[in-house]
Amino acid sequence: MEFLSYLISGVSLGSVYAIIALGYTMVYGIAKMLNFAHGDVIMVGGYISFCAISYLGLPSIVAVLLAMLVCTVLGVVIEGLAYRPLRSAPSLAVLITAIGVSYLLQNAALLLWGAGGKSYPSVVSGALQLFGGQLSISYASILTVAVCLVIMAALSAFISGSKLGKAMRACSEDKGAAQLMGINVNATISLTFAIGSALAAVAGVLLCSSYPTLMPTTGSMPGIKAFTAAVFGGIGSIPGAFLGGLLLGIIEALAKAYISTSLANSIVFAVLIVVLLVRPAGLLGKYVPEKV
Amino acid sequence: MGTILKVEDLNVFYGSIHAVKGVSFQVEQGEIVTLIGANGAGKSTTLNTIAGLLHSRSGSISFLDGPLGKVPPHKIVSKGLALVPEGRRVFLQMTVQENLEMGAYTQPGASLEADLDRVYQQFPRLQERRKQVAGTLSGGEQQMLAMGRALMSHPKLLMLDEPSMGLAPILVEQIFQIIRSLHKSGTTILLVEQNAQAALSVADRGYVLETGRVVASGTGAELLASPDIKKAYLGG
Repeated sequence: MEFLSYLISGVSLGSVYAIIALGYTMVYGIAKMLNFAHGDVIMVGGYISFCAISYLGLPSIVAVLLAMLVCTVLGVVIEGLAYRPLRSAPSLAVLITAIGVSYLLQNAALLLWGAGGKSYPSVVSGALQLFGGQLSISYASILTVAVCLVIMAALSAFISGSKLGKAMRACSEDKGAAQLMGINVNATISLTFAIGSALAAVAGVLLCSSYPTLMPTTGSMPGIKAFTAAVFGGIGSIPGAFLGGLLLGIIEALAKAYISTSLANSIVFAVLIVVLLVRPAGLLGKYVPEKV
Repeated sequence: MGTILKVEDLNVFYGSIHAVKGVSFQVEQGEIVTLIGANGAGKSTTLNTIAGLLHSRSGSISFLDGPLGKVPPHKIVSKGLALVPEGRRVFLQMTVQENLEMGAYTQPGASLEADLDRVYQQFPRLQERRKQVAGTLSGGEQQMLAMGRALMSHPKLLMLDEPSMGLAPILVEQIFQIIRSLHKSGTTILLVEQNAQAALSVADRGYVLETGRVVASGTGAELLASPDIKKAYLGG
């Protein structure tokens, strides 16, 4: 029963990682860049929803929508101002810019909201009691997993079935050929950032609901871990982000429970190293042979 | 009849390399015009510049009376200009049908089914494989897919860049059959080829490019008969 409860908290944590990892993997798949500022967009989503609930007294669902809106705009603006001018620059220049944007967001948050931790109001409270109270699952966990599943299903349907989703796949394979089809590549990349950032806002709310201390650095560690999850699952692959996120969450929760709390992060990254040694493209990543 | 494409004094650079040096030519409605020449003559560069993937430093390109100079590449296809790029560049991880749908990206959704039928009729092989991922097709099939994909946009001018490259002789013959039949059905074609013999025998007119310049032009038959061209490009 104890194991089950750890497993469930792992799945819930993993669902948050998976939602964040989707943002990394989609942006990587289409723009071929690592957006290291993605984790900080999560933090912004957390603060926006925090302010909406605590200062403005808005209902939590409105707060979530507001956070999504602000983060979507933020993501598109970051892409347009910081990354678009570097479209044909070497990838190192883009990477360094992304790190710069990450620090910019953290310091802007420090300036706006201060260094002290804010205590995040609980969006959903209570827990489901099972087996006569032996197993208790918080509603926040259930909500997190459910939201993750809905997002995965919706995003997969969008990417595989819709015209815009197919255009995204076309851009991810060959931007020149996509332009020849009449696809506006810049608009497609903006759309990718918009979706990724809206998901980051959702992840921010879910993360703060489970770990209710909000600081300007709140997004960094989950951001890095979700990036790890994306690489773990196979960067560029949407099912890979889901699988990588879940596995990472479970490994982390079980390592914390049975091995050592302070070693949990080391164990997570050690597993990543082993997986990449065996499967360099990640669990679901694939090498596509190129025909010439 | 009228001039569909007019290129005047086109100059294109790759960094400091002057790849296309003052090229001028035109394509009339209903013609097949070919640009032939060796590797590095500037043929593909010319086509990519017309399609908007590269930018010219000077010169003008007008298509159906409108200049193409400042038009972004993703808006060029909806003007009726489609390029089948060198090396085919089909979307390898997408299915045959999805590739064709991408070709119709700028078209209204209502005509999609009819356009798919039309292309499948032209390339029955693609219909058989419509659910297959393009990466599993053979080189010849990928070339057909690339051509079918371009035809989905109802081009007024179809530009083909080295359609026979890397294909077995029997497939080359098949590709040129398709080019002939497209021409018969009224498509205007600008064809870039290294296979000068095959290109000149289907073309109404041709231009010979050498290191970025047009060095000869004439009807397909004239060029085929010219001793200089024979010596340089036709192996004797």
